[in-house]
Amino acid sequence: MKTLENQQLSQPKITRITPKEWLQQNLFSTWYNSLLTIVLLAGISWGIYGFFKWAIAVAEWEVIKVNLPLFMVGRYPKDQYWRIWLIVGIISSFAGLSWGVIGRKAATLFTIPVLIVLGIISAISLLIPGAVPFKLLLILMVGLVVGNGWIGKQLGNKITTLGRWLSFGWFIAFLLILWLMLGGLGIKSVSTNDWGGLMLTIFMAVVSIFLSFPLGVLLALGRQSTLPVIKIFSIAYIEIFRGLPLISILFMGQIMIPLFLPEGMRPDRVLRAILGLTLFSSAYLAENVRGGLQSVPRGQIEAAKALGLNTPLVLALIVLPQALKVAIPSIVGQFISLFQDTTLLAIVGLVELLGMSRSILAQPQFLGDYAEVYLFNGILFWIICYAMSLGSRQLEKKLNTGH
Amino acid sequence: MTQIRDTKTQIDSDIGIIATDVHKWYGNHFHVLRGVSLTVKRGEVVVIMGPSGSGKSTFIRTFNALEEFQKGSIIVDGINLSHDIKNIEAIRREVGMVFQQFNLFPHLSVLENVTLAPIWVRRWPKAKAEEIAMQLLERVGILEQAQKFPGQLSGGQQQRVAIARALAMQPKIMLFDEPTSALDPEMVREVLDVMRNLADSGMTMVVVTHEVGFAREVADRIVLMADGILVEEATPEEFFQNAKEERTRKFLSQIL
Ligand SMILES: Nc1ncnc2c1ncn2[C@@H]1O[C@H](COP(=O)(O)OP(=O)(O)O)[C@@H](O)[C@H]1O
Ligand SMILES: [Mg+2]
Repeated sequence: MKTLENQQLSQPKITRITPKEWLQQNLFSTWYNSLLTIVLLAGISWGIYGFFKWAIAVAEWEVIKVNLPLFMVGRYPKDQYWRIWLIVGIISSFAGLSWGVIGRKAATLFTIPVLIVLGIISAISLLIPGAVPFKLLLILMVGLVVGNGWIGKQLGNKITTLGRWLSFGWFIAFLLILWLMLGGLGIKSVSTNDWGGLMLTIFMAVVSIFLSFPLGVLLALGRQSTLPVIKIFSIAYIEIFRGLPLISILFMGQIMIPLFLPEGMRPDRVLRAILGLTLFSSAYLAENVRGGLQSVPRGQIEAAKALGLNTPLVLALIVLPQALKVAIPSIVGQFISLFQDTTLLAIVGLVELLGMSRSILAQPQFLGDYAEVYLFNGILFWIICYAMSLGSRQLEKKLNTGH
Repeated sequence: MTQIRDTKTQIDSDIGIIATDVHKWYGNHFHVLRGVSLTVKRGEVVVIMGPSGSGKSTFIRTFNALEEFQKGSIIVDGINLSHDIKNIEAIRREVGMVFQQFNLFPHLSVLENVTLAPIWVRRWPKAKAEEIAMQLLERVGILEQAQKFPGQLSGGQQQRVAIARALAMQPKIMLFDEPTSALDPEMVREVLDVMRNLADSGMTMVVVTHEVGFAREVADRIVLMADGILVEEATPEEFFQNAKEERTRKFLSQIL
């Protein structure tokens, strides 16, 4: 016995298994497991084979290629495309800067996964059909992200308050983008009726997200308030908007509001859409935030009060940071569904990505290209939503303080 | 009462807390504090002992208005708590509290935990708050952990940070509600040592604890609370060697 023990001590058992063993243990452990594996593998292969056969031999990708500008920016005037590129450039630069500042403590920004993602994006930029200047512009955007990431990291380590300035910078950037999109003040104005495609989808989603977040937090706090008026108002608001389907809110916004208000006083239809999305989404966010608020132990509030902090400070410095952190996954989930819900606006006549797709499919020469167009839609939505959920996981990791 | 207010300046100089006939009900029926009176002089260390559920936490938490009370009066640092609700935050600035469960802020570093209230409540510049915080962390022996988060510290270390956090507001009175009860036995000592030093430095302290050694050596007076009333008030020697009340002797026989 003793020698055996000694042997085991001096030679710790290596638990690494070969791929063959892994297969045996996990996929072919019993006869029915093996059967299941084989049937599933056959089914998956058949599906993939069918898909590629269709994608290469049958599908007509012409519809995507020809209409790419429509998918991206709708009927935005062609001679003003430079403004869109400028906007993408601004966003890429700020995204890069923020990335650099957030990752300023890391040894390097360019880890292997990041390099792989950058490589894939660059490859896609070069490989997708299109004119050479278009490809070069895409590569330039990737370059802006990378370059500003590097600058952000350097500056972030020198100027500690850069993070705060950056939030302010984003706000200025937003105003600048709004001006570039709308025009006026020296550049040609573009009506929101000419906004469309992915650009409109992202614009409506982003603005609704940024408006509904503070509203949702206020409603969640209102629901916990000791003042009856505020509490009742918050509960009524939350319950009413959670009880209504989004589509009916959007219909009300697009069709009923114009009936009540005289011509000329009607708010812009994109604005109405954002209003509808915001009102709806904030009710759900309020419930997500409430879940977070309830998870903060009472002792936290008592400790903060015992130090002499007044109620607003207790909320802002102690309760909300902890509550929001807990609620990040559900909040981001809500943002993702808000992003997807923008497609409902196609039904009330907006030409965001889905609406634009439908109007393209209505043209005689593209009749019947449903599969190609909706697959393309699906891929775009999936990429953006997946990026959001990856971002949320990064944020959670960054905020994890080991408790 | 009027006499107390008339001679406020005199009271300010030598009395920290004066609680008179305090009654509290939870809901309508549960009479948790049934007429408790206690005076704590400045620089004095008063230990409150008693069986669990007797109302010790409730009582000590009325001193910084974490609990309301319905009858009686409490004057802390010359400010009457019973009537003037506006004074709550003024009182809390001058009264530090250490909890059984530490209650450190898990999303803030140790240093940020300690500087939070001085910066936001006392409005000190960050540099000053951090300098004083570092001195306090050194005093409680946590200096090396200043940049860590509470979740990365042991229980004893967390409780010492909690003491530093309370002290950073430079309070005149410190309240401790069973500060060592949630600790593993080997960590009790490090926390009690910090409290002992604090008592030696002349801090006015009210301590709810079951630590007999601490009570015996550090307390100026020990009170025994049972079923919402103060049963006995005595010096440590009297308390442990010849308690007057049967209730006290029974309690001591259970814990010794
Ligand atoms: N918020 C509350 N509501 C109702 N009863 C409570 C509440 N807090 C404490 N109690 C009760 O009051 C009594 C005294 O509690 P406490 O002051 O915590 O006692 P101790 O600290 O001496 O153990 C206990 O019976 C407890 O169950
Ligand atoms: Mg207690």
